[in-house]
Amino acid sequence: MAVVSQVVTPEVVTHRRATGALLRSALRLRRTQIGLGLVLFILAIAIVGPRLAPHGGNDFVGTPNSLSVPGALFGTDHIGQDVWSRFLHGGLTILVLAAAATVLGLVLGIAVGLITAYSRNVLDDILMRAMDVILAFPQIMLALVAIATVGPNPFTIILAVGLTTMPRVARVTRGAAQPVVERDFVAAAEAIGVPRYRILLSEIFPNVLSPLLVEASLRLTYAIGVIAALAFLGFTTNPGAADWGLMIQENYIALTVQPWGVVLPVAAIALLTVGTGMVGDGIARAAAGIDRSRGAA
Amino acid sequence: MLERPGGTGGPARTGGIRMFILRRILQGLLVLVLVSIVVFAATQALPGDPARAILGRGATPASLAALREQLHLNQPVVQQYLTWATGLLHGDAGRSFAAQEPVSKLLGDRLVNTAFLLLCSGLISIPLSILIGSYAALWRDRPFDVVTSLVTLVFAALPEFVVGVALVVLFATTVFHILPAITLIPPGGRPWEQPIAIILPTLTLVLAVTPYVVRIMRASMVEVLESDYVEMARLKGLPERLVLRRHALPNALGPTFQVIAINLAYLAGGVIVVEYIFNYAGIGGALRDAVSNRDLPVVQAIAMIIAGLYVVLNLLADIATILVTPRLRTRL
Amino acid sequence: MTKPTIVVDRLHIGIQGSGLDIVNDLSFSIAPGEVLGLVGESGSGKTTVGLALLGHARRGAEIKGGSVRIGDIEVLELDQAERQRLRGRVISYVPQDPASALNPALRIGTQLREVLDTHNYGKNAEERRARVAEMMRDVALPDTSRFLHNYPHELSGGQQQRIGLAIAFACRPRVIVLDEPTTGLDVTTQAHVLDTVRDLASAHGVAALYVSHDLAVVGTLASRVAVMYAGRIIELGPAASMFQASCHPYTQRLIVAIPHLTGGRELVGIAGHAPSPGRRPSGCAFEPRCTFAIADCRSEMPALRPIAEVHEVRCIRAEEVRGQAPTRSGEIPRDGSATTIQPVLSLQGVHAGYRRRTVLHDINLEIAPHECLALVGESGSGKTTLARSIAGLHGDRWGVISYKGTALARVARTRPREIRRSIQYVFQNPYGSLNPRRTIRQIISQPLEVFGNVRTDEVDGRVAEMLERVSLTSAYANRFPDQLSGGERQRVAIARALICEPSVLICDEVTSALDVSVQAAIVELLHSLQRDLGLSMLFVTHNLPLVRSIAQRVAVMSHGRIVELGGVAQVLEAPTDPYTSRLLSDTPSLEVALETAAVS
Repeated sequence: MAVVSQVVTPEVVTHRRATGALLRSALRLRRTQIGLGLVLFILAIAIVGPRLAPHGGNDFVGTPNSLSVPGALFGTDHIGQDVWSRFLHGGLTILVLAAAATVLGLVLGIAVGLITAYSRNVLDDILMRAMDVILAFPQIMLALVAIATVGPNPFTIILAVGLTTMPRVARVTRGAAQPVVERDFVAAAEAIGVPRYRILLSEIFPNVLSPLLVEASLRLTYAIGVIAALAFLGFTTNPGAADWGLMIQENYIALTVQPWGVVLPVAAIALLTVGTGMVGDGIARAAAGIDRSRGAA
Repeated sequence: MLERPGGTGGPARTGGIRMFILRRILQGLLVLVLVSIVVFAATQALPGDPARAILGRGATPASLAALREQLHLNQPVVQQYLTWATGLLHGDAGRSFAAQEPVSKLLGDRLVNTAFLLLCSGLISIPLSILIGSYAALWRDRPFDVVTSLVTLVFAALPEFVVGVALVVLFATTVFHILPAITLIPPGGRPWEQPIAIILPTLTLVLAVTPYVVRIMRASMVEVLESDYVEMARLKGLPERLVLRRHALPNALGPTFQVIAINLAYLAGGVIVVEYIFNYAGIGGALRDAVSNRDLPVVQAIAMIIAGLYVVLNLLADIATILVTPRLRTRL
Repeated sequence: MTKPTIVVDRLHIGIQGSGLDIVNDLSFSIAPGEVLGLVGESGSGKTTVGLALLGHARRGAEIKGGSVRIGDIEVLELDQAERQRLRGRVISYVPQDPASALNPALRIGTQLREVLDTHNYGKNAEERRARVAEMMRDVALPDTSRFLHNYPHELSGGQQQRIGLAIAFACRPRVIVLDEPTTGLDVTTQAHVLDTVRDLASAHGVAALYVSHDLAVVGTLASRVAVMYAGRIIELGPAASMFQASCHPYTQRLIVAIPHLTGGRELVGIAGHAPSPGRRPSGCAFEPRCTFAIADCRSEMPALRPIAEVHEVRCIRAEEVRGQAPTRSGEIPRDGSATTIQPVLSLQGVHAGYRRRTVLHDINLEIAPHECLALVGESGSGKTTLARSIAGLHGDRWGVISYKGTALARVARTRPREIRRSIQYVFQNPYGSLNPRRTIRQIISQPLEVFGNVRTDEVDGRVAEMLERVSLTSAYANRFPDQLSGGERQRVAIARALICEPSVLICDEVTSALDVSVQAAIVELLHSLQRDLGLSMLFVTHNLPLVRSIAQRVAVMSHGRIVELGGVAQVLEAPTDPYTSRLLSDTPSLEVALETAAVS
């Protein structure tokens, strides 16, 4: 009888946890560091670039497609503008559009995913069917259809890319949330009568953060790709203005003569997408490592 | 001893696999109908006047009226939709604004060309990625796996047009000059008559899809190799080759079918950009031009084709998954 | 003395890439036809030992030394291909979880045949087919090709496990390792499986190692028992002497923690937990929890020494330990006598189901105030559904459930706050019932937030008070669930349930996922809390003997109906329902095993 009142002391030393710890352990991985470095580097070019550019994005500086124009480090483009200056001006649009579209897609997608995972009724079915319909189009396809009708303005692009991001995020959120919904601590909260929205926000959502962080960086990567591709196909929000995707398309013809007009923006987009991809992968690995060290729990 | 209040469901539904396939087909058709509504709504049911948008500001009232008549714009929206949809079912997708000829005639050849490109890419990338993914899982954490993981990460992140342009710079224009940058197919010719011309486009598409399938294959295989039944097979004394072939691989493939389908459908989107880069005469290139020209019937038709392809591929993937996973069959 | 079939000498298994040990200095032998029980709680390393006999180590573990001899074969010196030839033919393995050990994509006939094919059993395919049919008959399964055509998921748990046995015995091996093969099975099915194992082993003259945490099961099956703690064998001897006069403090405490069917007993658990690899002290590993410990125990690891013929023990005070067999203390008093006080919980004509299937039929039940009613049944009997219906977690219910006279709504959320506060629930799975993202303090204080009658500055005080009540220090408040052991988590769950002073506590199999010694401690805790706080309690379990240690009345359920209801002593000693009688006779019991051993 005396045994039970013998107090049990914990064996393990405490250490803080939660999302902060996940990000911190992700940052310790080399690939996350490299990825983050790339992203920040390109981000810096895009944001600070316009201030550092020797010429404006549309200034005429010399003979088109020439590599020997003084003051033009990387030569001139197809209508005689300075490639380097246009390059420095050209990143911001893509980044802003991609970020906005991703945020939109995430917010909507997480909401839909959580609700359908928890509701488990008719609403669930209807919403997921709707998601299926949107998923039937490749992202760029839907954006093109919208552009064909309304024209390439920023809101159309953000809306189109954001709405096509939503079902993909919703699927991942739902997939991650469903096993959580089955867990007993959710039932425990229901048993004492915690309102449904609070259960979603404080019981379920924090437990799906890890896969969502990974998905967020993935979606950002694709959003950048799609928006740059749209520009490459000739559908920019501001025709003629400096835009990396547009630059690639404009200078493609002169590729044999003046490669820099294509190579610079291609390299920038490549580094940016690889960077976000590596960050996402780093977070995924850190999450898997934490799950493994927790053991079967 | 867990008593699972979730329940294993009621009595097994009747009919088994056949009913399931039928139900899936009906679901697919439903999605297609919904998709067609979306496509139609996105292109024709929006506010504003399509006729004016097409003809521009300088259009005369007479030409506007004529165009509206031609586009059935004076009919109620639902009627317009039904006209279009029934036309589709008969293979008639209207007339192209830009080319003034039936859409089906315009797209016929191009469809074949694109199908060929997709077929080549698919036939190469899928077996290749299954192979690479399986070996990466088998030789886990060893050099092959580490390198593969890095390479797939990079290529999964890169947009296809970046890959395509990089390939052109590398092999066609700037570094080496061994492959053509543009597919020059004479009118009436077929891409398979010019095999060298399709190397780079196919390679671009393969590089776009393989990384994803490799990753999912690896993950699936790793999970299977860690499973209890694979351990049990080894503890029974089965030779390793048998363990892999009979116990590991079939169970690892199940989850990958879905991803393969999604990625093949994704190729349908990637084809748009790739055909543009290489000036390949397929529906991707046609779509790009149509969008540029606001050629709505063409846009609608191609959207339906691509969506249809996606639905069919998903259907096949679901059926394949069921066939490979006996456990799911009794729940049908 | 017959030459042993398998001899294990100083087996040493460690964690790959580090100097940490999982298992060390392990030696035993098994004679043909003999069953050796290997007993240990979670973390003792027993499964690792079982696998090592086949020359196999799981990912992360490495066999670092020692020897395993089967006849002339030194298993640990064989290369991979030779080990493959050995496995299944000379030595076989029966896994713990039959469902996951069978390939879900292959028919069971294929999985049976491939063992025979691989080891070239028999002269031709005809002989192999005959052998398959023979194996099926041996394990009491149909030998038709129709049955062999099934996939694993089409069989029940018991049938799957018998397939596992058939596969293991197929090539007539000389040694069999059984790794807790009856965990997760019904008591009745378990009894059948154990009988099958016993018969097959003696019929084929096979040496068997039976790995388990369940002493009662081991007691009925094994002639000799080895007890493991923290990676070493601490006692090894004949089953009878082990259970009647054990010589190691841990073995004694383990036996005392087992619920007995006959005679009410208080359960005594062991405080603390076993050290994990890397945290094991340099002296005796059990010393921190041992009541016999003296200073010398800490200085070095005791050697395994003989204390009687064929009885070895690893304790420097073994002779004194043997002399002080622990007293089986105390009856739990009271048999609930009929009272005229209004019942606190009352069920009338309750049915419940899932979609179209009815799972509970016409349940009529009452729980008196301050009483503990045990609800016993096997899996599928409906006991958890019943418990959840009372708590408002199962909506598909009709019939009347009343609390203190007031009818209860189906879904907890729609019930008035007072009622939600008064009826609390503790779940079975300690690993799923606590939100991994919240601190212990947040988890325990959640009911306070919902029922909102406590000031914010008082919350910490209340949480600390509850932690003390469940015998955890207030230092736990800042920890996260994954830093706690199973037993500790269950205590937190209990604290959470009791913090708002409910009248009714529903415990749903709260100890099923825990080790025997931890289970004993938790049951003890619940028992004292129930007494001190005057709770009414519904204690759901499949473990019949456990009922004795906590409940006054017991209801036995089968297939969704209550088949017997009465005082604990009466039902357990003189059951009136045939189902209850069969359940009692199928339950492995240490006392019965000892009597049979004493007689033979």
